[in-house]
Amino acid sequence: MAEGITVGHEASHPALQHHFENLEQQREAGALGMWVFLVTEIMFFGGMFLAYTLYRTKFPAAFASASNHLDLTLGAVNTVVLILSSFTMALAVYSAQVGKRRNQLICLILTILLGLTFLGIKAVEYRDKYEDSLIPGSLIPGRPFNPAVQEHGQPYDKHKLHLLPGANVKNVEMFYWIYFAMTGMHAVHMIIGVGVLLVILYFSWRGRYGPEYHNPVEISGLYWHFVDIVWIFLFPLLYLLGRHLEH
Amino acid sequence: MKAFETFETPTAARVNYINAEYGLKSWLLTKDHKRIALLYLGSISAFFFIGGLYAMFIRLELLTPQGDLLSSTTYNKVFTQHGIIMVFFFLIPSIPATLGNFLVPMMIGAKDLAFPRINLLSWYLYLLGGIITIWALLAGGVDTGWTFYAPYSTTFSNSYVVATGVGIFISGFSSILTGLNFIVTIHTMRAPGMTWFRLPLFIWSHYATSLVMILGTPVIAITILLLAFERLAHVGIFDPANGGDPVLFQHLFWFYSHPAVYIMVLPGMGVVSELIANFSRKNIFGYKFVAFSSLAIAVFGFLVWGHHLFVASQSVYAGMIFSFLSFAVAIPSAIKVFNWTATLYKGSISYDTPMLYALGFIGLFTVGGMTGLFLASLAVDVHLSDTYFIVAHFHYIMVGGTLLAYLGGLHYWWPKITGRMYPEGWGRFSALVVFVGFNLTFLPQFIAGYLGMPRRYHAYPPEFQVFNVLSTAGASILGVGLVIPFIYLLWSMRYGKHAEPNPWHLPGLEWRTASPPPTENFLATPIVTWEAYEFAPPEEMQVIGKLKNEGLEVADAVIDGK
Amino acid sequence: MQTSWIPFVPESASTISGRVDALYFYLSGVTLFFAILISSVLIFFVIKYRRRSPFEIPRPIAGSHKLETLWSVIPLIIAMSMFAWGAQIYFENSRTPKNANEIYVVGKQWMWKIQHSTGQREINELHVPTGRKIKLIMTSEDTIHDLFLPAFRIKADVLPGRYTTQWFEATKPGTYHLFCAEYCGMNHSGMIGSVIVMQPTDFDNWLSGNASQQSPAVAGQQLFQSLGCVSCHGANGEGGRGPTLAGLFGRRVFLTNNQTLTADEGYIRESIENPSAKVVAGFNPIMPTFQGQVTPEQLIQIISYIKSLQVTGAPASPASTSSTPSTSSPAATSQATPAAVATPQPNPK
Repeated sequence: MAEGITVGHEASHPALQHHFENLEQQREAGALGMWVFLVTEIMFFGGMFLAYTLYRTKFPAAFASASNHLDLTLGAVNTVVLILSSFTMALAVYSAQVGKRRNQLICLILTILLGLTFLGIKAVEYRDKYEDSLIPGSLIPGRPFNPAVQEHGQPYDKHKLHLLPGANVKNVEMFYWIYFAMTGMHAVHMIIGVGVLLVILYFSWRGRYGPEYHNPVEISGLYWHFVDIVWIFLFPLLYLLGRHLEH
Repeated sequence: MKAFETFETPTAARVNYINAEYGLKSWLLTKDHKRIALLYLGSISAFFFIGGLYAMFIRLELLTPQGDLLSSTTYNKVFTQHGIIMVFFFLIPSIPATLGNFLVPMMIGAKDLAFPRINLLSWYLYLLGGIITIWALLAGGVDTGWTFYAPYSTTFSNSYVVATGVGIFISGFSSILTGLNFIVTIHTMRAPGMTWFRLPLFIWSHYATSLVMILGTPVIAITILLLAFERLAHVGIFDPANGGDPVLFQHLFWFYSHPAVYIMVLPGMGVVSELIANFSRKNIFGYKFVAFSSLAIAVFGFLVWGHHLFVASQSVYAGMIFSFLSFAVAIPSAIKVFNWTATLYKGSISYDTPMLYALGFIGLFTVGGMTGLFLASLAVDVHLSDTYFIVAHFHYIMVGGTLLAYLGGLHYWWPKITGRMYPEGWGRFSALVVFVGFNLTFLPQFIAGYLGMPRRYHAYPPEFQVFNVLSTAGASILGVGLVIPFIYLLWSMRYGKHAEPNPWHLPGLEWRTASPPPTENFLATPIVTWEAYEFAPPEEMQVIGKLKNEGLEVADAVIDGK
Repeated sequence: MQTSWIPFVPESASTISGRVDALYFYLSGVTLFFAILISSVLIFFVIKYRRRSPFEIPRPIAGSHKLETLWSVIPLIIAMSMFAWGAQIYFENSRTPKNANEIYVVGKQWMWKIQHSTGQREINELHVPTGRKIKLIMTSEDTIHDLFLPAFRIKADVLPGRYTTQWFEATKPGTYHLFCAEYCGMNHSGMIGSVIVMQPTDFDNWLSGNASQQSPAVAGQQLFQSLGCVSCHGANGEGGRGPTLAGLFGRRVFLTNNQTLTADEGYIRESIENPSAKVVAGFNPIMPTFQGQVTPEQLIQIISYIKSLQVTGAPASPASTSSTPSTSSPAATSQATPAAVATPQPNPK
């Protein structure tokens, strides 16, 4: 039998792949596949969370100092943006399930826009760090890690690093590497997510998804929520913990 | 024997997955799990050959204590590359990606894996990772040991660490995707009547393997990524100068790489369960114990990585906990060995080649597993760490275990895969040669290890020479024993006797379809009414669906007319 | 335990090697027993139950919970006995005896630099007397190495940026192997040497014949002055703007964040390289870092000097500098950094 879509089967929905018995089996397989994939993603981020936990415990003052230098406002705004995007994504899945194509399109577009907003704000934050010479190691050649440190008694300068007692600049560099590794890896996932949603948007515009078949929308939604949840962990760990030590 | 023949004529003219389509494109773009399994089989064999060449150079170098054949730099690269190729590009994909890929859907009565495109993608990722690694080896090689310990790999090595790392990173995703595909397929695509406890143990062990693949492999992926950034940009995460901890790398590395040992050996255990049951025509003794012991190994396997760090400045208490858990993980393996042995009791045992490999596996795995207890035992491990004892131990598991199971499985399913029989006499002969050669290679290394010979030594004190000479002699025999099947299996693809659908007269689903099977495995969806390894008179173990000689059109008609 | 008559066992030359060998024999015995048991049962079954007719179908046997329990519990008991035995030796050996002589070991690609507390330096050779407890304090200048003494059945990784220790008491004069057991690059297999075990009297003669170099403590004292430590810690470590160093080693230290720790090699090293990390209560974090200004070897010398400082202030004679508190066992020392992990220290101004 040729590969691709089988014509002539009893449940001959055009989206049914030849090796599945019926759409229900196909849906189950797709959803379980995404869940399993998300488990691997948790383990992937897990390695970095472990490194964060280890070094934060080892160098609390340095990590607090570095964390205090992050832009809390932008981080918080981004958190709200992502939570909103998860909401619109959930609505998009719901609209597909009940067969409201217009709502589905609107919600998908909103989700994509919110995702792009998040990435834009993230880019602004990265630029700020670049300007303050906080890019660790030689990640960007010619721009080594070399932040200006606020001296005691000098007027407050938000571009300078406020080192808490006991904080070593070397360990601040470690924080920033973990920050860039984690948020960078998260941003890569966001970019992939936006790409996936663009594909979904195209097929949705072509009217492919309805109450009978909306599996791709559903599993893209799962992925989107996962990426959102990763941020929900990253935000307090990177931006909030240790903030009370500022004074 | 007439009673078993369900096909009126030999299979030559019949349409099957191999001759359904022709041309390179039909292979490179195939989504058929059986064809992908063959793609894997070809590429894995190539990598095995390369890894074997490196092994040959290691053994030749160690023939004399002076280190006169290769320079120390070359030798370091040779053993590193032997390890990397064999571990990441042969052992980890070996059974799951070839036999597993071919058989998981067939054994559960499915038409394909749940995600055929992802399956093909996983082969391409494997190939891409392999090509990048080979490129790195040709460009100058890598000399860090397959373990890539920081800070040597991040700061001191002058070799192609990052390129090799990228190769392993990419091939890791191939492993993740294979595991994901197996889990979803086993959960959602079992044929009607194929309940969890009717699954062949091969499936259980692949399910357990897949769990390890999806949970462990992402961790090595991120670890290698961090290592590469550390090397390229000196970000400091494993560098003591920045407050980084090189031992963190070891923890992360072994968090994957110890469970990876179970990725390698669990599928082998699955193969051996099949072989032992089927070649003694007995249901497996204590089916549920064997099945759950696979899961237990997969789960406990994640809790014992610290036994690689007993001398790496781990705390005494952490050492004791890891030692305790490492002893605990030995129990499920012991249960398996005892159940396999008990299965033979009052069986009807044949001496076909696959069975010889399975018996060899049990013996060697017992030695390999028991010597693992030496290394779980704290005080003895302090002496044995990083000596040839370790080398011998893991080769007993990897070669004596996985490789023997792989060869046994390959012979066993060869008629199903190719539609041809391998020459039985040569098969038995080479199995014997492999067994003798293997033991002669690695038994002396246990002794050299306890006497204190450290591993990864290019030159060594002359008192160890006798063991190394024995080892090299054994390796030559082993090499011959491995070349023989390579030749006759290739030969049999063209000249071998045509295989019947069920040449061994077994109840498993994969034997109830043609050899080689049609593209969607079965002519009609099978309905399973029998338990695993439920042997019945031959006429009751027939091919599902009617098949005549007219080819695929008829086959389709059978399905559509159902 | 005398084991020299048994084949395939390396020379046994320390107080612990006999104990390790005994456990090794137990493990080997159990392994041989099970390997022989299983292979003979396999061979017996394979012959006795060989296929006699191509059509025979044996009667299925489902399994037996009794047997499963039996062959789970018996291996478990055996395994636990192995665990307990191995853990006991390991645990007891992890406590470094208090009166051990200290020898400093620095590993670098590809040599071992060794210095006795009396000042003698050796490269790739280690002279030790029988009957005296020897503690090796080890660090690396570059990558990870591992000091392996097969005749003593001990080994431990040698790490950059921290100290690890191991100890032994040699029992038998002779020359034994000293290996690097952690792969460290090109000439890893050349990073070998020998341990020369001598009778105590011979060893003392050897020492006096080689006593041309200054002891690490004396060298440390010179560094203490040349680096300017004296200006805050006092000429004899009696303290000033910085905390008192005399008698510091092995003592409980109270930190500004209300935590306490025991001063060991790891703590002193951290305080030199990252002084503001753990500041002693009552002092300001004004000390500059000396990271990069002192080599690992010089660090060892300074630590050795600080250890030698008694409460009276004057460096004691090197022979009596070996008061090692029990908390500075290999475990505690090797854990120096993880121990720091366990104490969050929002450090004081």
